[in-house]
Amino acid sequence: MSAVRPFRFVSSDRRVREDRRFVAGKGRFAADILLPGTRHVAVVTCPHPAARILHIDKTAALASRGVHYVLDGRELAAATAPLLAGLDTPKVPRRPLAVDVARYAGEWVAAVVADSRAVAEDAAELVEVDYEPLPFVLDGEEAYAAGSAVVHPEHGSNVLLDRTFVWGEVEKDFAQSPHHLSLRVKWGRSATVPIETFGVLATWDPWREIFDVFASVQMPRFPDQVALALRLPGSSVRVHNDVDVGGSYGVKRGIKHAVLVGYLSRRLGFPVRLVEDRLENMRGGDGHGPERNFAIEVAFDDAGVIRSMKMRALDNVGAYAGRSPFQLGKPIGAIVGPYRIKSVQYETIAVTTNKTVQEAVRAFGQSPTNYAIERAIDEVARHRGLDRLEVRRRNLIRADEFPYLIPSGTTYDSGDYHAVIEKVLGCADYRELIAERERLRAGGLLAGIGMAACLEPSGANSTFEPLLNPKNETTTYADSCRINVDVSGAVIATIHTLSAGQGHETLTATMIGEVLEIDPERIRVVRPDSLSSLPSQSPVGSRMAIMLDGAAFHAAQKLKARLVAIAAHNLGIPPERAAYDGGDVFDRTLPQRRRSFGELATIAHRQFHRLPPGTEPGLAFAHIMQVPTGGQLPTADGRVQMYPCFAFEFHLVLMTIDSDLGKPTIRRYVVGHDCGTVINPKIVRGMTMGGIAHGIGAALYEEFAYNTDGQLVAQSFMDYLLPSAQEVPPVEIVDHVTPSPHTVLGQKGSGESGYLGAPAAVASAINDALQPLGIAVNSLPIKIAQLGDLIASANPHPNPPPQAGEGRAGAFRSQRGE
Amino acid sequence: MRVDLTVNGQTHALEIEPRMSLLDCLRERLLLTGAHAGCEHGVCGACTVLIDGAPARSCLIFAVQADGYAITTIEGVPPGPGELSPVQDAFCESHGMQCGYCTPAMILAAHALLAGNPTPTRAEIVEAISGNICRCTGYAQIVEAIALAAERLRGRNQPAAKP
Repeated sequence: MSAVRPFRFVSSDRRVREDRRFVAGKGRFAADILLPGTRHVAVVTCPHPAARILHIDKTAALASRGVHYVLDGRELAAATAPLLAGLDTPKVPRRPLAVDVARYAGEWVAAVVADSRAVAEDAAELVEVDYEPLPFVLDGEEAYAAGSAVVHPEHGSNVLLDRTFVWGEVEKDFAQSPHHLSLRVKWGRSATVPIETFGVLATWDPWREIFDVFASVQMPRFPDQVALALRLPGSSVRVHNDVDVGGSYGVKRGIKHAVLVGYLSRRLGFPVRLVEDRLENMRGGDGHGPERNFAIEVAFDDAGVIRSMKMRALDNVGAYAGRSPFQLGKPIGAIVGPYRIKSVQYETIAVTTNKTVQEAVRAFGQSPTNYAIERAIDEVARHRGLDRLEVRRRNLIRADEFPYLIPSGTTYDSGDYHAVIEKVLGCADYRELIAERERLRAGGLLAGIGMAACLEPSGANSTFEPLLNPKNETTTYADSCRINVDVSGAVIATIHTLSAGQGHETLTATMIGEVLEIDPERIRVVRPDSLSSLPSQSPVGSRMAIMLDGAAFHAAQKLKARLVAIAAHNLGIPPERAAYDGGDVFDRTLPQRRRSFGELATIAHRQFHRLPPGTEPGLAFAHIMQVPTGGQLPTADGRVQMYPCFAFEFHLVLMTIDSDLGKPTIRRYVVGHDCGTVINPKIVRGMTMGGIAHGIGAALYEEFAYNTDGQLVAQSFMDYLLPSAQEVPPVEIVDHVTPSPHTVLGQKGSGESGYLGAPAAVASAINDALQPLGIAVNSLPIKIAQLGDLIASANPHPNPPPQAGEGRAGAFRSQRGE
Repeated sequence: MRVDLTVNGQTHALEIEPRMSLLDCLRERLLLTGAHAGCEHGVCGACTVLIDGAPARSCLIFAVQADGYAITTIEGVPPGPGELSPVQDAFCESHGMQCGYCTPAMILAAHALLAGNPTPTRAEIVEAISGNICRCTGYAQIVEAIALAAERLRGRNQPAAKP
């Protein structure tokens, strides 16, 4: 970045204001909120992957001391509407409690309400449910094939979505390309698994006819969806946005939890709270991420330049579908990654199975797709005997080609991918990195260099909804900010959603301070409840730097214009002669003639006679922000601009694998990141570091594994392995700034950075390390045990180690995922 | 069952169920909500408190077992209302957190480390927090915060270095 800072506060390494309350243990998380008389819920779960519910005997539970109620699915279904689904699949109804049939092990069948959570848990064990086990299916491909057990027989099959898009002359480009290759890769079922489980407290006030909801949530349209399910007007659901969310990264959707406790609190007349325990969270919290099988075919020339790509992506969304199938839609906005691929065929398939429900996970399906594309690039290089880096360079979009229209109808805003890569290579000393790999290999270790170049789409208008569901005409995802200056001159800004650690209060204050030229510390940022809020979508899809800060910028500009107008009127000069200066306004021709900020606030609030004619008193300004590239419905062939901004990241990793244990070690990790103008460097750096840690988890450790009986076997942190500080290596970040032309200060989103490329980069390093053995791994996560077995079977004589293997590519064989 | 719990220097006489965890007791009976439940099976470390100065999982201890020990929670760390300990301040300076859920436990783990080791290496810092899972940060800014806190604590009672 240039040494000259064009900003006062933006891009400065300022503290994050939210941190003060968190270091003191004074965050206000859902489980910290308790109203007088609150009762607690524990759920009864189905032990079978599929079963008919024959009978529920509540007698013993209800007879327990301190138990108030046992709710079953039939009662709840009679009183509420099914939860909203993203696709047009009315015969796949989703409800908080199973009705007559349960469709995955761990699905909620009944809810017990008691004086304490402990009593509720005890009583849940006393609820006797008779089940008739039913046939079930776990594997996505099996579920797609004819003859499979069907999860929702009324729907007719397990297929929720099956659409093939063709953009450009795919067949022609394939026919004209001298080389083709195909591979299958698999992204395993993992998720972001926040340390705070989902929690919600609801209380119904029959006199005011208002539900108050305190929830740990990150869900667009959350108040609206709760109201719809409870058959209440939106004006009767008041969601409190001043609750801190203990991590989400996409998954804290919580509609079913909120509808459940909402109904109970209304039915029973007291506040009801459900805070998941870890088992409820991992099995029945409906927070699993994509589980996706890819088949990719690419057509390329002698130089490794890819002309066309065919991609089939089949996602196993679990037993029901909310917004999760849309995770196949987001990648359409960056379907060629950072590469100049002219034509694409993309087949999207979403199937139901008897697994836990999939929900949105960080990057909303883009990270698996990036992994698949990057695997293909590495394979093209191997096929042509070319350097992987050189193949990427040849295929990357060049800086002078922006704005760049990709086949699926999206125009990338800006970037300089080659420059970012050069910076990373310089930082890492690439030649030395290669020499280090060779030294490690010579020393008997399996060593490999991994790389991944990928995009982070940000700031969606949500047109993936109409893209995959023709009955849906969503083309906007607005966000908003309101600024009020009180009579004393205090500046108060509002944001209208919850946050899960993204620092939105800091971002908002920084942006308003920048525009108003006043210290951001002077700006109070508050979160009105949902009934007092302006439109907001919750912080999904890396949107807030673009959308919330865009709204804050425009609201601040409106305020500034009013201050100038009031001052000019009072100075008796035309507004264009008035100059704004840190809240004060002066006469350009006579700078000593000025009106102070405090004086202007007093005039606006108290002295109507000094206001310009027709001016409203007060200083309150709101802005509701549309996505900068607007919103158009997709074309008939599925071309659409969903995201306005595209950040770029390039990962370079050196790894070794202990060939006896299969244990991988990351020895060096350098990432180049270009998300345009950075508003707060501490926040962006943290996002990238955290995203890489998530990506390492998804690549090496984390999997919601099932056994063949349909039971989730990774249902505690003893089995679902989260990277600790020991597993996450030091990461060097190289920054680059290519401003976006679409946003107020050139910023792009970065909430999903790191996670978008880390899994691909780690997989690339492992495959580079394994290449001398003539094997490759095409499924994530790559677990230690699997890696050890693979190496052992490929390498019957581990000592001495096999030497340099670039020439052994002929022995290559591909390991199919599972 | 009656128990005398000494928390942040103050002794509380409580009548509690023997099966109540120390975590639940701190949160529900003493309203000290800075200790958080993450996994409730001893892996994530979000419930960490100090018992006689050593980090411990409050989700794995019954409150009745803690009778007679000196328990420190995050609420006992700030020197005064609105004031931060050097470790807390270093976490703010480095932005060693995002959502803040694991943060109180991280800070207590850091305090325990620095009480016994004023000059920890990176490996020692990593070891000290390896029982505390953070899903937001990837740990880098946490490790930096603890190193910064160590540096500042070492420099206390000395003339401030010129910038």
